[in-house]
Amino acid sequence: MFYIYCPYCGEHREEEEFHPKGQAHIERPKNPEACSDEEWGDYLFFRDNPRGVHHELWVHAVGCRKFFNVTRHTVTYEILETYKMGDQPSITADSQNQVAAASRQEGVRA
Amino acid sequence: MQRYSGFGLAKHALSHHENWERQWRNPTPKKQYDVIIVGGGGHGLATAYYLAKEFGVKNVAVIEKGWLGGGNTARNTTIVRSNYLWDEAAALYEHAMKLWEGLSQDLNYNVMFSQRGVLNLGHTLQDMRDIQRRVNANRLNGIDGEVLDAKGVQELVPIMDCSSRARYPVMGASWQPRAGVARHDAVAWGYARGADAHGVDILQQTEVTGFKIRDGQVYGVHTNRGDIEAKTVGCVAAGNSSVLAKMAGFNLPLESHPLQALVSEPLKPILDTVVMSNHVHGYISQSDKGDLVIGAGIDGYNGYGQRGSYPTVEHTLQAIVEMFPIFSRVRMNRQWGGIVDTCPDACPILSKTPVKGLFFNCGWGTGGFKATPGSGHVFAASLAKGEMHPIAEPFSMFRFHSGALIDEHGAAGVAH
Repeated sequence: MFYIYCPYCGEHREEEEFHPKGQAHIERPKNPEACSDEEWGDYLFFRDNPRGVHHELWVHAVGCRKFFNVTRHTVTYEILETYKMGDQPSITADSQNQVAAASRQEGVRA
Repeated sequence: MQRYSGFGLAKHALSHHENWERQWRNPTPKKQYDVIIVGGGGHGLATAYYLAKEFGVKNVAVIEKGWLGGGNTARNTTIVRSNYLWDEAAALYEHAMKLWEGLSQDLNYNVMFSQRGVLNLGHTLQDMRDIQRRVNANRLNGIDGEVLDAKGVQELVPIMDCSSRARYPVMGASWQPRAGVARHDAVAWGYARGADAHGVDILQQTEVTGFKIRDGQVYGVHTNRGDIEAKTVGCVAAGNSSVLAKMAGFNLPLESHPLQALVSEPLKPILDTVVMSNHVHGYISQSDKGDLVIGAGIDGYNGYGQRGSYPTVEHTLQAIVEMFPIFSRVRMNRQWGGIVDTCPDACPILSKTPVKGLFFNCGWGTGGFKATPGSGHVFAASLAKGEMHPIAEPFSMFRFHSGALIDEHGAAGVAH
């Protein structure tokens, strides 16, 4: 059971109020007519499916009904942050790796 | 391989069943094979079995990071059917169904395939129109099927609430008598034993960490037990297919989701068929052990954690109790999740890839178990010849660029 912080309501609510809506930050091609079959197929069907940090779109379906973004780990299911539409994530797979690498480094020194 | 028979059982009784041969070896990896299969679930083991038995490729390794059939093979609800709408999908699943019908004999291993029939319920007029269309399409493809009205359903399953009092009254169903259930562990074990007997090396607790690729041609894999070489590599890794594809440098149109299932405490025999409903969204059968085997839809978010959320379990059981008020006080015993690789058109991917010699068999989503023999058979044929088998041909990963999708959401999208 997730306990999700809606950045618009400013509150934690139970998972049942929300629906996951797939990968976040997908941009529709500006000029679909100019797309090749590969570009259009990639836009329609190909999604990131990482085993690790993932950015996804959720909707507060029975709350404020607004869409927002969630950064979540797909193995531990830990929610790392939630942020509003149009914002960029402060936690990414790269930043997580750097944190992990840094803590390993400290471990070596100690 | 030690063949199993009634006589053998009696003979081993004399030595108190202490001298049975191990079902498969635990070999040390060789440096080189003709074909490597990545993934030791049902589909991977079936592929190896048919490669060695029917296509004469015996120098084969199956590489499995955990243990045999420890993933979705042992986490599904064991339903087998072939009533798919489109010709391409019907051909694939019916090919599997025909193999199921002789599988226990072929493997000399009791997979407990029980053709007890599957009901797919309709609760709305549109459901019934879709059912009629699908059953007619099935019949044109030589697949058995009947359309039943509510009375016919009630006669088959007297304990189901087919009255007009229900929130979503049962209006009818499609009925495939040849469909049924099988014992999923036995399928993995039977294929593993058969493949091993034909000389296949089954390497458990061996994890692929990368592919060896030169000039766009695969020539082996890196594993935690050293490098293993082969010019042909088939990946059959279900939920982890995207991770493998990324190692090989391309993307697949897959999303991995948890799919949960649960079993109840054992009951005396009460339900002798399989009941599935897309509309109230749940499916149920009773195992030979007596427990009710229950499943429904995926958890909506991506996940690799082999577990899902509690609300999904609750929705599943609401649907079951809606159909079977008699089960309202049955207690649930165990609950688990598997990681299913869902494809945008609810059909699998059996395909060549941008890397030469590297083949993928994935995207089975929520309904791969029923296809295990057929999937293994056509994939083995494709690996042996280096060209996709005619039944597998339409399931290319490149269909998501050409637009030739096989939209099975009607027959497959939800309930399996």
